Amino acid sequence: MTPTTNSLRITDSTLRDGSHAMAHQLTEDQVRQTVAALDSAGLQVIEVSHGDGLGGSSFNYGFSRESEIKLIEAAVSEAHRAKIAVLLLPGVGTIEDLKEAHGAGAQVARIATHCTEATVSIQHFGAARRLGMETVGFLMLAHRIGPDELAAQARIMVDAGAQCVYVVDSAGALLLSGTQERIRALVAEIGGDAEVGFHGHQNLSLGVANSVLAFGSGARQIDGSLCALGAGAGNAPTEILATVFERMGIETGTDVDGVLAAAEEIVKPMIPRLPFPDRSSIIQGRAGVYSSFLLHAERASARYGVPAHDILQRVGEAGYVGGQEDMIIDIALQIKMEREATNSKQSG
Amino acid sequence: MADSKLGVAIVGSGNIGTDLLVKLLRSDRLEPLYMIGIDPDSEGLARARSQGVMTSSKGVEWLLSRSSLPDLVFEATSAKAHFENAPLYAQAGIRAIDLTPAAVGPYICPPVNLGEHMSSANINLITCGGQATIPIVHAVSRVVSVPYAEIVASIASRSAGPGTRANIDEFTETTAKAIETVGGARKGKAIIVLNPVDPPMIMRDTVFCAIPPGSDQRAITESIHDMVAEVKAYVPGYTLRAEPQFDVERETWSGNARVAVFLEVKGNGDYLPPYAGNLDIMTAAAVRVGELLSSENFSKSA
Repeated sequence: MTPTTNSLRITDSTLRDGSHAMAHQLTEDQVRQTVAALDSAGLQVIEVSHGDGLGGSSFNYGFSRESEIKLIEAAVSEAHRAKIAVLLLPGVGTIEDLKEAHGAGAQVARIATHCTEATVSIQHFGAARRLGMETVGFLMLAHRIGPDELAAQARIMVDAGAQCVYVVDSAGALLLSGTQERIRALVAEIGGDAEVGFHGHQNLSLGVANSVLAFGSGARQIDGSLCALGAGAGNAPTEILATVFERMGIETGTDVDGVLAAAEEIVKPMIPRLPFPDRSSIIQGRAGVYSSFLLHAERASARYGVPAHDILQRVGEAGYVGGQEDMIIDIALQIKMEREATNSKQSG
Repeated sequence: MADSKLGVAIVGSGNIGTDLLVKLLRSDRLEPLYMIGIDPDSEGLARARSQGVMTSSKGVEWLLSRSSLPDLVFEATSAKAHFENAPLYAQAGIRAIDLTPAAVGPYICPPVNLGEHMSSANINLITCGGQATIPIVHAVSRVVSVPYAEIVASIASRSAGPGTRANIDEFTETTAKAIETVGGARKGKAIIVLNPVDPPMIMRDTVFCAIPPGSDQRAITESIHDMVAEVKAYVPGYTLRAEPQFDVERETWSGNARVAVFLEVKGNGDYLPPYAGNLDIMTAAAVRVGELLSSENFSKSA
């Protein structure tokens, strides 16, 4: 059964998914300004974390410029109405990290796993609920499995304590019908017990269209980022989502002019490189590659002299999942070794 | 030389216990005498019986009531069970090699620190990721100071059992701690990723060590190669995917340089499938510890 309410909640992920696009170099001042603007524009949930979630600051994903807890505290102090959310990937961050974030004032725990691995999140949902946090499940790279399998994983999260489960199109690979089928399957499975959400990326420029269709299929929580700031070609832009849903007559509680101002005046000036669907990120959407691999592939490309889009294509073929950023260097090395072998054969 | 073998028992007849059995049956230093499981009809117990190993589903009490007690017991159950069993083994004078996360005894990685704990009554094998990566952290930290080491373990979803899934924080926290206390890094971090791709991916491990700028790259590389050879002696499928990769210092790395080591751990395919290198390296390390303890025993009594 499709929920009939004519309202939805937008969660802004500029300060979490956008952290990828900023190479995790967000400053406390940038966080304060963005949260203040989003909060006054009526956004109800604002996510703040390292791009790879709590504890993501590392060699593998990139070290944060500022301590995550400091950024969360800063966000909490600027948010008068909005709740601050944090992301946690079991296997990267731990319950201890979640407790610390909760202590800093975070109120929403978003627990993310690869779309087939929901069982690793049971421990964390339990902990989040015991802390009294609102809980959201994130099934990443949701294009990799079919709607029914995905719904079964959502059920595991809900039984563990998730109050909403998102279909997360981490690779920006879902086509319209794929989004619709998955949202419907989740609504059918968990709709009586929890909400369903959608997180879209722009690698194939379908983030907004997929979000609109997700709402039509019963999703009541939708993610966006200001100026699309996020991994790959970026996220569904919060300012466009707010505008489109307003025109559709759907209540999001946001002041569209305020959201447009936040995007144009606060966030756009802080972005060194606006997200754009270039060859590498389109390949990500085409081959189904985790969006945050983009900058890592570009770095490995520069370091080892092999094209980023070739690396990403191979990552897609190998079926690597979120968190396996180290495999990008491995693949770059393998391509380099293969090329050297071919060259020496030709010259010999 | 059969009489110089140490008699051992396996407690736990699941995948790990059964793989251990296959490896122990091959050992010329250890002789599996007993295997304990919960289910009398389990494949593991049936296999043990067919090889002349006495089996029981009546628990550790049965084992401890044998007229001839084993010298060593391999605990392949759960942390909870080992907390209960460890004092019983200790009372009976049986040394325990613990493959669970219980950590009753010190963390041991055979080529790194077994020498310091040869007389310990209880030995804990850390985690699969720890067994795969701590030798490399140690190989670097014995050459230069390592202010920070980070490991990423990727394993096939199918090789991650319910115990691992129910408490994945235990993996990250235990491994991180052992990177410091056993590996010799000042600060450790561990990441684990489960990948469901089919056919299943072979276990992969990446080790990143922060090192001082201008470190002797040749000495570090040589130390890593030596260590890989040592681990290979008991885990034949333990290989470097590429030469260690050095990156010069960066401000975002607190001014440190970095060495990155890419490993593949292919299992021996004894009972567990070869992709499950994460499980194989645990059973292989356990047998390795048992064999090294047996030679110590032998040289003492000789």
